[in-house]
Amino acid sequence: MNSLLDLLLRLALWLLLAPLLPGIINKVKAWVAGRRGPPVLQLYYDLARLWRKGVVMSTLASPGFVAGPALAWVAVAGAALLLPLGPAGAALSFRGDVLLVIYLLALARFGTAWAALETGSAFEGMGAAREVSYAVLTEAAIIAAVLALSVQTGTVSLATMLAPSAGAGAVLLAAGLFTVLLAENCRVPFDDPNTHLELTMIHEVMVLDHSGPLLAVILHGASMKLLFFALLLTQAVTPIGGWSRPVAYMMLAGGVFAVTVGVGLVESLLARFAFRRVPLLLTTAFLLCLFALLMAWKGGAL
Amino acid sequence: MVNLMVGLAMGLNLVALGTSRLPALIRAMAMQGVALGVMPVLMEHEFDWRVGLVAAATVAGKGLLIPSLLRRAMRAANIDREIEPVIGLVPSLLLGAGATIAAVALGHLLPLLPEHAGSLLVPGAMASVLTGFILLIGRLKAISQVCGYLILENGIYMFGLLLIHTTPLLVEAGILLDLTVGVFVIGIIVDRIQRAFDSLDTRKLTALRE
Repeated sequence: MNSLLDLLLRLALWLLLAPLLPGIINKVKAWVAGRRGPPVLQLYYDLARLWRKGVVMSTLASPGFVAGPALAWVAVAGAALLLPLGPAGAALSFRGDVLLVIYLLALARFGTAWAALETGSAFEGMGAAREVSYAVLTEAAIIAAVLALSVQTGTVSLATMLAPSAGAGAVLLAAGLFTVLLAENCRVPFDDPNTHLELTMIHEVMVLDHSGPLLAVILHGASMKLLFFALLLTQAVTPIGGWSRPVAYMMLAGGVFAVTVGVGLVESLLARFAFRRVPLLLTTAFLLCLFALLMAWKGGAL
Repeated sequence: MVNLMVGLAMGLNLVALGTSRLPALIRAMAMQGVALGVMPVLMEHEFDWRVGLVAAATVAGKGLLIPSLLRRAMRAANIDREIEPVIGLVPSLLLGAGATIAAVALGHLLPLLPEHAGSLLVPGAMASVLTGFILLIGRLKAISQVCGYLILENGIYMFGLLLIHTTPLLVEAGILLDLTVGVFVIGIIVDRIQRAFDSLDTRKLTALRE
């Protein structure tokens, strides 16, 4: 009974906190540009509004059109429950859970791409192709980062991997994971969440034909993914296991906030890259994570 | 702590290889210089004013003076900021990564003192030297070749850090002075090349003419 309550509490925390992050990013962007900007809670209003709307379905679409976003959302939520929250630990933790997390994230991407292809539109197919081709490189980077953490700590369970700091490669790992975060969440140097220019859209193309509750599910899943990566980055880099509970929670919250503000600043100060330069940046991110792995292998502790 | 700085230097090697703009290349090199300058202070257990002096001189020289000289040369020569690589950006990144992996994997084969066995200084130094070589070979603009040379020198400096207790302070200071004068001279030469050839492309310097 107690564990069920714990699970529900965690799920509620993830569901309710996640839409805050895009709001903070937009606020930072508005602040840098000297505007007032939308309220921080804007995404909550959007989600509520979308949830009440109806759905427009293509006559071509099979049930996969609905199942795709749902699958993606459930996969991200599952990955979120496996991620430990500092001293509170994860809802479910076992040996090798990190592999399941990587596969759940891949499954979420498959779900979104599948739903995009279901519309039968060539444009959405193009978006899905772009998203998946970036994902090839980011996944390599994530796997290198996870290997670095696992070599550093000598375990394959997220709870023990994330507790100590990343050792000598911490700076490299932070830079690599931050780039991965930007790419995975379709933020600015890779993709512009506000763009509606056909030639440059990536993620927005895929969700173009979704409406109403389906779009709400996709948007909420995207914000959960952002929170997931922010938490992963914070815990991977900082030695969060070595502190007492209140300090650890403060560090966790502060880290997520810092990452979010960082994303906002990157988005205000950088223009998005041309397509041909994106693989270069992603390769750099992969190599940074690979170097972190090398340092974990040879360098040991600080 | 030193290993953290070596990691930072390795990451900056990658950034230097991957960037396509001259100012970004100079910035990466300057940050590497600062990271290198901080290293001797971190290596000491108790603070020694001579080590502090070396650190301050290195940060000032490599982090501020040399980059500002290069930036001035770049502005004076009025060149465009795009780097023209002979070896493409992704291939040079991969070459640099291969060099770093080789340096880390083979670093322990060198006969080192036992107290340096766990340190990443030797692999970091070799990686920086090799990165400098790749930049020297693979870039056409004179200023980016200077940056390659400086990154190579950063690698040699990292090797020198292993001997910080046995090298006299005067030698360190002399090296720094040499380097600054070298960059100063290169800055003037860059200006001359620009005036004589209307470009900094070193390909134009290969043919002899009367």
